[in-house]
Amino acid sequence: MSFQVPIATNRSATGIPTSRLAVWWILASEVVIFGGLIMCYLMFRLHHESWGFEAAHTNPIAGGVNTFVLLTSSLFVVLAHQAAEAKETDKSVRYIWFTIFGGFIFMMVKAYEYTTEITHGYTMFKSVFWSFYYTATGLHGFHVMAGMFIMWMISRDVKKGKNLHRVEIIGIYWHFVDVVWIFLFPLLYIAK
Amino acid sequence: MSETAEHHDDHHPPKYYVKIWVILLVLLTVSIVGPMIGIKWLTLITAFGIALVKAGMVCAYFMHLNIERKVAWYILCATLLLLLVFFTGVAPDVMKPSGTNWQSLYHEPTEEESMVHHGDEHAEDAHHGDEDAKHDDGHDEHSEDEHHDADSHDEGH
Repeated sequence: MSFQVPIATNRSATGIPTSRLAVWWILASEVVIFGGLIMCYLMFRLHHESWGFEAAHTNPIAGGVNTFVLLTSSLFVVLAHQAAEAKETDKSVRYIWFTIFGGFIFMMVKAYEYTTEITHGYTMFKSVFWSFYYTATGLHGFHVMAGMFIMWMISRDVKKGKNLHRVEIIGIYWHFVDVVWIFLFPLLYIAK
Repeated sequence: MSETAEHHDDHHPPKYYVKIWVILLVLLTVSIVGPMIGIKWLTLITAFGIALVKAGMVCAYFMHLNIERKVAWYILCATLLLLLVFFTGVAPDVMKPSGTNWQSLYHEPTEEESMVHHGDEHAEDAHHGDEDAKHDDGHDEHSEDEHHDADSHDEGH
């Protein structure tokens, strides 16, 4: 019996390709996860003035650099998608790797921040603010690393000219990770 | 129906995306510089208002939600609605904790208390050391310290 592609792979009842529809569903669940965290943060932040004092100890320069890095990596991944649409596989792979590099820089800056904060005594257990800080940025960082890993896997296929549509799928995911950071940045670094 | 046939019919030149990126960077700069002025309403607009604009731009132009089919919007809006339900359900309890049937032990830390001072880590170690010693000799102050620690942990300020 020969291998058959599952029917759900090529079916498109909504007019959206199944893979893209799936990523929208994933992002919908992510909206609840990150949105729930951000909502909780807002509730406490608005109610407790002391959270502003705590936020004064985060590093806005590092946060700003990371925002720049993520916005730039978002540009790279959208350019990778464009190149994949044009069947320019080498160009697409190059842009995917630029994006992965962006993710790497982001994580390095985050590691520097964590190290500085922890060595100065601002650990996860200092207060609820810092618990939120490490939970939200840690979960976000985990998503960045997952995105980098998936992009590496996709780049291998793209290099062979296979599954080019996946570049768009990972691109949508990566942009979402960027959007989450766009909200975390002012909440944790700017609003003192 | 193949997947490639359903792809976004979007053929913008790379220059178009670079332009969006430049606008995003300008907005990022404004969102950093604005709050430095120190006016509360300006901080809210420049930090959070611009964050909304930036997120909207990334969603619309990079994620192509501006040309995506409505069903994706429905999925995302449904979850945003759930978040609103969550917020309105929980916020009255979290943000208005006044009542007559219980006593709030919460102590709002001052700016000074929110800081970690140099040598605090050592002081903390010493404190724990003291606690251990107290466990051994059964010092009278032990119960007071323990009570204070329990309060601060419970309140998690």
